[in-house]
Amino acid sequence: MYPVKYHKPNTIDDAVAALAAGEEAMVLAGGQTLLATMKQHLASPSDLVDIRGIDGMVGACIDGDTLVIGAATTHAEVAGSAVVRKHCPGLAALAGNIGDPAVRNMGTIGGSLANNDPAACYPSAMLALGATIVTNTRQISADDYFQGMFATALEEGEIITSVRVDAPAKAAYAKFAQPASLFALVGVFVADGPHGVRVAVTGAGDDGVFRHAGLEAALASDWSAGALDSVDVSEDGLISDIHGSADYRAHLIKVMAKRAVAAA
Amino acid sequence: MTNVKMKVNGKTVAREVPDETLLSEFLREHLRLTGTHIGCDTSQCGACAVHVNGKMVKACTALAVSLEGAEVTTIEGLANGELHPMQVAFHDNHGLQCGFCTPGMIMAGVDMVNRYKAEGRELTSEAIRHELEGNICRCTGYHNIVKSIEDAAAKM
Repeated sequence: MYPVKYHKPNTIDDAVAALAAGEEAMVLAGGQTLLATMKQHLASPSDLVDIRGIDGMVGACIDGDTLVIGAATTHAEVAGSAVVRKHCPGLAALAGNIGDPAVRNMGTIGGSLANNDPAACYPSAMLALGATIVTNTRQISADDYFQGMFATALEEGEIITSVRVDAPAKAAYAKFAQPASLFALVGVFVADGPHGVRVAVTGAGDDGVFRHAGLEAALASDWSAGALDSVDVSEDGLISDIHGSADYRAHLIKVMAKRAVAAA
Repeated sequence: MTNVKMKVNGKTVAREVPDETLLSEFLREHLRLTGTHIGCDTSQCGACAVHVNGKMVKACTALAVSLEGAEVTTIEGLANGELHPMQVAFHDNHGLQCGFCTPGMIMAGVDMVNRYKAEGRELTSEAIRHELEGNICRCTGYHNIVKSIEDAAAKM
């Protein structure tokens, strides 16, 4: 790994200052992607600003009917949180199946969302649940936040502090994992909640996570796996690679959507 | 360079290390605790699994400087005068072939048994296989590894 300068600020202001002062500073939230990327010399930040020491960054609580999850909350903590399990069990289940147990003890929800890997699990949940991404400067709706592969609405120096999820009536996630990486070859999150019936797909889109209008319309009129039988899932705009062709992924989208509905 | 202090296998240690030092490098090169193996160095194989504040992590994917004040347990710290029940079980059930992945397998085994016990869940052989997703044995000796963990779970 190239040399890097490590910072562990106690406040968001100090974190913002450290990010601005570094020549090419990056936020370290769990490092399960970033450190691996740095080892491969695919990223070479001058400074790492560890946000895990900032007050209020870790943990989940309920605010009215809204789940609030700190950005530096690990996948294992989200999976095990009594509050998340009660108000959105589908989200807890998703978190409990990211990567492997050791990765879940370090990787964080904020890190995953800031990275926006096209095959990561969390983006599909945030989009389907109509979540709000809270940063040090503003609140961004999931609809505006995800902007393509590894691209987000985050500005330079902006730090995710938490996510807000309005508790859904029903929600679940089904993932067909790529067996080596354990990322989603196709993952589908279905939700019926205050933001309507929404279906978001990860792992499959050429442009990252996306909503599927056809699946949403079918579930809005009839929330059942069978209602999806007649929906046409096009292979246009889907990823074709060594792990699966676009038409294979299109098929998996429907299968995963049905499994998710059955589990919700 | 940063002076990092942590408790490794019950002993307080402090070293001046470059900030980019991984926990795996810190353990192996600075503390000479070479039981923590580096298999893939890409966070996939789990040979470097150790416990940090009671939770299993991959030592190759954590910065040593980020673990100031942490309590770390490596494979060297498991035995307490006599072998840990997980170590005995791997011996009794021939839970290894070449042995390279074994430190990580044993740390993963101890972690899952502790976790399931704390949550009051039954650690079935199917659950063990699922829990071992992050630990790779290139000899493919999984069957006896699962048997070893099942055996140890009954005794821990």
